Amino acid sequence: MYDFLQIIIFLGLLISLTPVLGNFMYKVFSGEKHLLSTPLGWLERLTYKLVGVDASEETNWKSYAFGLLLFNLIGFLFVFLLQLTQAQLPLNPANLPNVSWHSAFNTAVSFMTNTNWQGYAGETTLSYLVQMLALTVQNFVSAATGIAVLLALTKGLSRKTTDKLGNFWVDLTRSTLYVLLPLSIVFAVFLVGQGVIQNFDTYQTTHTLQGTTQVIPMGPVASQEAIKQLGTNGGGFFNANSAHPFENPTPLSNLLEMLAILLIPAGLTFTYGKMVGSKKQGWTIFIVMMILLLGGLAISLYGEYSANPIFGHSALMEGKETRFGITNSVLWSTSTSAASNGSVNAMHDSLSPLAGMVAMINIMLGEIIFGGVGAGIYGMIVFIILTVFIAGLMVGRSPEYLGKKVEAFEVTMAIIANLATSFVILLFTAWASVTTLGLSSLNNAGPHGFSEILYAFSSAAGNNGSAFAGLNANTVFYNVLLGIGMLIGRFGVIIPMLAIAGSMAKKKITPPSTGTFQTDNWLFVMLLIGVIIIVGGLTYFPALSFGPIVEHLLMNNGITF
Amino acid sequence: MKTFGIAIKIFLVFTILTGVIYPLLVTGIAQVVFPHQANGSLILKDDKIIGSELIGQQSDSTIYFTSRPSAIGNNPLPSGGSNYGLTSVKLKAQVAERKAKFIAFNQLDKNLEVPADMLFASASGLDPHISPEAAKLQINRVASVRHFTNIEKEKLKALVDKTIETPQLTCLGESRVNVLLLNIALDKLK
Repeated sequence: MYDFLQIIIFLGLLISLTPVLGNFMYKVFSGEKHLLSTPLGWLERLTYKLVGVDASEETNWKSYAFGLLLFNLIGFLFVFLLQLTQAQLPLNPANLPNVSWHSAFNTAVSFMTNTNWQGYAGETTLSYLVQMLALTVQNFVSAATGIAVLLALTKGLSRKTTDKLGNFWVDLTRSTLYVLLPLSIVFAVFLVGQGVIQNFDTYQTTHTLQGTTQVIPMGPVASQEAIKQLGTNGGGFFNANSAHPFENPTPLSNLLEMLAILLIPAGLTFTYGKMVGSKKQGWTIFIVMMILLLGGLAISLYGEYSANPIFGHSALMEGKETRFGITNSVLWSTSTSAASNGSVNAMHDSLSPLAGMVAMINIMLGEIIFGGVGAGIYGMIVFIILTVFIAGLMVGRSPEYLGKKVEAFEVTMAIIANLATSFVILLFTAWASVTTLGLSSLNNAGPHGFSEILYAFSSAAGNNGSAFAGLNANTVFYNVLLGIGMLIGRFGVIIPMLAIAGSMAKKKITPPSTGTFQTDNWLFVMLLIGVIIIVGGLTYFPALSFGPIVEHLLMNNGITF
Repeated sequence: MKTFGIAIKIFLVFTILTGVIYPLLVTGIAQVVFPHQANGSLILKDDKIIGSELIGQQSDSTIYFTSRPSAIGNNPLPSGGSNYGLTSVKLKAQVAERKAKFIAFNQLDKNLEVPADMLFASASGLDPHISPEAAKLQINRVASVRHFTNIEKEKLKALVDKTIETPQLTCLGESRVNVLLLNIALDKLK
């Protein structure tokens, strides 16, 4: 009823909280005194003491990357092994058996890489112990890992003639202790107030009014839910994710869960601007992201509210919840795909072809429309490097960004980061589309079936985690292939970005002159959007035309499969 | 080797902090401040659980208001939707069948536009709500099966109106009716 008002409230909150949270995070990450340094500072110091870290010690990009990879590997092994032994471990009231090796592999990779793709159904697969001790932990540290990479890159861009990029352990600790944890505690308690459950009870058997029985799963949901939204993770406690009334019970919980998806990624644009010494640079990135978000939202709303000749209905409620309605479902699908969150409050498989396509495009562009926490901005910097390079070629001047010369090495690394995701999306989709192993998992026929596969590999490569969930991905083929896709999509970007950070840190900073190509004005905004759309468009248009585009046209002619 | 030690130790610290202390802290606060919600908003009757306010249950008997179609038959293990695309021939057939059934079940005019929430399955399969329009279309049927007098039927209409939840904070979400709460109140009517 108040469709536009709800969108405006959502965007208003997002825009006004960006500088507030962004400024707070700036103080946290640059080691200044902030709101939480007194109440929580002891915990930070205690952590360093227990672990044996010297907070003032800084490393070069290779050591930084080595620490990051090692830490992630340990996390992976822990999540993997816990799933393989959950039947023998406590806090398993539903007596769920051990998880198969391939599903455990997929889930461990998925949560470590901040993807949170789910080939399993939470309530019938994982014990409470695995949900909290393995998955909740990864929700925190995978998000903190993304922020750490961004911080290293920011130092690389703002420092000169050094090889020091900071300390991975310090960046990890500060992100977790001061940003993710306090926000999660407050948000989790709020969610319980709305009706999200938080207990360790056994599954409850109910005797319904009609005399049947219904077994309702329980669990520590709110603590998982809060960080799942804030850390752009998206892995639901339950199979239906945030469509499940126990994860997202009211329109208000829905609004704030949506806000939580974009809150930290948006705030980080401000933090970034301040850290590189120009708030305008941060706002430029914010504006580019916002324009792309709104463009996608407009197309999605159009797709959902257009009359549908097949059903003769313009309110298509398949896979949507009554309390949210269509606008909130589409606002969520656009936000969650833009931000590499991947949680859903409506089933994307049943979205209109256009709204489903927008979700796919948001992911395919590289998760740069706010994107994952940290990951969104370093992904955007890939495109910024390409843009200054292309602009430099056009005017015949050597390209620069923030006073740093962009040379062959940086452009090569940016291209590698860009190709890593398209490699996974296009080649893996092609492979799955021509083998029985890939095709036997489909839930829909015709172009929509192809879309299910294309969405799956896009989601894996972009570390998003949402799905056209009709695809039965809990098979050896999909679990392994999607797992590999997630690894390439995560580390195939992180390592080149850290390499760029290392090489940029060594360079001198040229002071701006009249000849400097500005990267903080409207011309640059337009150029950057142009490069993003052309690179994304050229790469994925053919695949999209086999899926959602042709489906949209056929649907408008009333054709079914 | 030093990095290896740090990586293991910091992983343990974060596991205890975010995987044990954090969920237990939230559980502790939740159980004190919001015990009803934290434990699933369960509805008890004679020491038996008859359902959760938030979880839609199967409701297709003539004496009760019907809940939304569910791709999982309202069985929460596991939750989920149909995941049919809009060009799915199966979905088209299902919608036609649901439409005919809703009209016949409630003895309505066959040209009536049935509310979308009664034609399409929900996302979770556990949607506790239906639209106010869908509830109102069922009043005549429920009243006649229960042999309500005219006065009782007016009471039922008033009950449905009272059960409608308007958008939260006046502008968030959609107007809706909680089917289980309505049916419980219905049993108490007269």
